[in-house]
Parts: sequence; C-alpha cells; structure tokens
Amino acid sequence: MGNKLETIDVNLYYGDFHALKGISMFISENSVTALIGPSGCGKSTYLRLFNRMNDLIPNTRIEGQVLLDGEDIYQIKPSKIDHLRRNVGMVFQKPNPFPKSIFENVAYGLRVNGITDKSFIGAQVEKTLRQAVLWEEVKDKLKKSAFELSGGQQQRLCIARALAIEPSVILMDEPASSLDPISTGKIEDLIFELKNLYTIIVVTHNMQQAGRVSDYTGFFYLGNLIEFDKTKKIFTNPSKPETENYITGRFG
Amino acid sequence: MTFPESNLRRKKLGQALMFGLARAISYGIVAILLLILFFIVKQGIGVVNWRFLTAMPENGMTQGGIFPAIVGTLYLVAGSMLFAFPVGVMAGIYVNEYAKEGPVKRFVKMMTNNLAGVPSIIFGLFGMALFVNELNFGASILAGSLTLGLLALPIVIRTTEEALKSVDDTFRQASYALGGSKLYTVRKVVLPIALPNILTGLILAVGRVSGETAPILFTVAAYFLPKLPGSVFDQCMALPYHLYVISTSGTQIEASRPMAYGTAFVLVVIVLIVNILATLLRNYFGKKVKMN
Repeated sequence: MGNKLETIDVNLYYGDFHALKGISMFISENSVTALIGPSGCGKSTYLRLFNRMNDLIPNTRIEGQVLLDGEDIYQIKPSKIDHLRRNVGMVFQKPNPFPKSIFENVAYGLRVNGITDKSFIGAQVEKTLRQAVLWEEVKDKLKKSAFELSGGQQQRLCIARALAIEPSVILMDEPASSLDPISTGKIEDLIFELKNLYTIIVVTHNMQQAGRVSDYTGFFYLGNLIEFDKTKKIFTNPSKPETENYITGRFG
Repeated sequence: MTFPESNLRRKKLGQALMFGLARAISYGIVAILLLILFFIVKQGIGVVNWRFLTAMPENGMTQGGIFPAIVGTLYLVAGSMLFAFPVGVMAGIYVNEYAKEGPVKRFVKMMTNNLAGVPSIIFGLFGMALFVNELNFGASILAGSLTLGLLALPIVIRTTEEALKSVDDTFRQASYALGGSKLYTVRKVVLPIALPNILTGLILAVGRVSGETAPILFTVAAYFLPKLPGSVFDQCMALPYHLYVISTSGTQIEASRPMAYGTAFVLVVIVLIVNILATLLRNYFGKKVKMN
C-alpha cells in the first residue's frame, strides 16, 4: 500500500493562533486513518487541509507541503481547487443534506461538475445509494425531500452524495457524533466496506470507534501530532504517556 | 438547602406582572391597528362600488371613480419593484456572499442603513433633480418608479442580506466540498434556501412603496388626468397622492370627503391583497425548497 497522502512539516495559523505545529504524517491508500484528540487539538483543521477547506477561513496561513499522489495541493492553480475537491470528498459532523429531493442530493455533485446525461446520472445515483447501503430504504421515495429521512439516513445520504463523483479520498469529520448507537453502527460498517475502494480519514471523539474502524491512528494534542501508528499499537501499547492518558480517559 | 416560600411567590407574582404587561401592550397594538382599519372601512365601504373602482373622476373629483389612480399605483409599484428587486437582491448577495470583512463592507452596510433612514421627501427631490431634470425623463412613470425603487432599495438589500446570513454555512461548505464554485453554490443552494425570506423583503418594500406620497409628488403624480397613461414617459395618478389632493387642495373638499375615504379604503385593501399574495408566494417557495 502506497502513501496516498502525506504532510511534511505543516504549520497552520489562524491569524496569530498556531493551530497545527509542524505536522508530518502519511496516509496509506485504501486504509482508514483515525484522528483523535481533545476538542481544539487541531484534528479537524488537519483533516480540512486535504480539500483546502481551511482556505475559506480568512487570515489562514499554511506552511509546509501537503501531497496528494505526490503532488503538493497547495501549489496548484486556484482554478484547480474545484478539481481537487472532486477528488477528495467530505462528510460533515452534522448531517447536512441540501433542501432538495433525495435524488437531487446525490446528483448534485454530478451536476456541479457539468454532467447532464440523465441516464448516467440516474445510474450513478442508484449505484452510489447502494454503496451507501441506503438504496433499499429510499428507492421508492427518491423524489421526496431529504429532510424526511432520519438523522442516520441523512448522514448515509451525505456519504452517498460525496461518493457520487467518485473521489479517491473521503474525509469524515466526526460523521457519527450526532447519531444514535444503531445509526452509528451502520456508519461504521459502511466505513469498513468503503475502505476497499477509497482512502478514508475520519476524525472522531469516540475512542471505541477509532479502535473499531481504523487501521492507523493519529493522536493530536494542542496542535501537535503526539503519536501516529497502527491503531492496534496505539490502543494496546502506546509509546507516549500522553496518548495512554488520553485513550484511557484520564484527560481530554 | 431550603428556600423560603415567600421568595417563590414573589417570583411568580413578578413573572405574572411582566407577562401581563407584555400581553397588554401587544393587544393594545393590535387594537390600534383594528381601530384604524375599522375607521377606514366604516367611512369608506359605503362609497366603494364597481363604478367607483372603474370610472374616471367626475365633477371636480367629487363624483365618479378612482380608476386612473388605482392603475397608476399598480404601475408604480410594479415599476419600482422591477428596478429595486433585482438590484437590491444582487447588492445583498454581494454584501453577504462576496464582500470580504473589512472597512469597505462595513461602509456599504452603514450607507445602506443610512439610506433607509432618509426622509422620503428627500428621495422625491433627488428623483426630480436626477430623473426628471438631469436625465430628462420628465415627470413620468419611469422617473416615479425609479425614485420609489431607490426608496425600496435599502429594504430589499437588508432583508436579502439577513436571509442569506441565516442560511447555515454547512450547506455552502458541502457544495464547495463537491467542487462547486461560489457562483454555482449561491445559485443552486444558498438562494433557493433564502428565497422565502427574500420575498419577505419584497412584501415589505411593496407595502412601503404603494403608500408613499412624497417621492412621487414631483416625479410622476398628476392632480387629474382625463385618460390613462399610454407609455412610461407619461404622468399618472396614484392613490396616496389622489387621497392627499382631494383631502387638502381640491376645489370642494367637503364634497369630496366620501371619495377620500373610499380611496383610503381601496389603498388599504390593495396593500392587504399584495401582502397576502406575497405571503402565499413565500409559503409556496418555502414548501418547494423543502420538497425539492
């Protein structure tokens, strides 16, 4: 498995605030990497490096290299950022389907990117909803508003929406934090399924979740990457005392 | 720890007093509105009939109808909105979606607010200086509509801005994350969500514009016209101005009193109908946003 993504000595500042401090880390292809750490530790900020969502926040300054398939995504032309975001999908903390029909939610990414072929869009919507294990539940009400779905279904719809444009990387920012345990379980099963096709990075507050779904885990604290290793190693035999304190629940 | 009971009782009494006061005040406001409506309806409804609505004024405006004033007001409302709505919505989009935080944005917002506070007679004088004289439109529907449009602009800009601001940022982020450009995101996600609230701005603006007299005084309104306007460069009559002239400067003020109440009644009803229509439109779009 090669390195799909890599950061080399990345520093990020929001104005005067030093949010990421010299982070070097790699993400293997077709694996799930979990980012853990207490609130405000920089894990979400780090996640948003990979689709340049931090660019949307004024006064953000970034140093270092962020490589996707060996190419520095902060050196590309501004006009190519849309292209990057097509390749790096994202699922947000709160399910945020658009106020459109279920079908149009999944089709949105295709339409954004100029695809108009109706039969292709239809096929892609079905394929993606099947991938997100939502098809059976919604196939008879594709024209209904996405808001009629439960929270867990909405989140799987958002995953389908991200999958529809066939990215190679999926970023998930606490995708299950607002869901009940059963819905959370479904999302976790889904993540497990999807890693065969995609490279997944998931930010989570839930230690058990990180342990269950991920192959690699990075522990962030106060903008530093304290430890990064195989998840099994982190959860059974962490090399740093801070990591052990955190995963055993002694702080954070 | 135990709490003395008298304390609780006093709290309850205080609450009851405050809520009672608030309730009394809000009922009072409704009562005043009803009183005004009742007065106008009582005095006006006897005058209003089909002839009143469709005939020209007769006998020095003591008899006949107010048809040209109704038509004139509808033209002016439509004309001013044709100008103010697209311009105002675009300005609102610029301020909320595109302008960077900073002195320029603050200045634009401050100026918009100031514009909303300018007395309407100033708009009238400005409209006369710019549209009637400088641009040579003459006293015309075009000049009057543009002047009223300027008056409505800050309302439309501000409500558009507020409507856009209330659209949750995660919708924008989700669209960007799918490779959507800013323009596409605004068009396909942000505007449809904000549309019902933007239409509220339109309702407010229409209500304001249809009742204004000062801005049309020098720019379009005619004391009396024997025929309907034929083009946008013609003058027209308008309900608020008509009401004003037959109440203050007609030749037989007492004789035209019933006509004045009839006119007031029609004006109120038109504003009411426009408001209801716009509310229905807003609810329709509100539902469509959810369904689509």
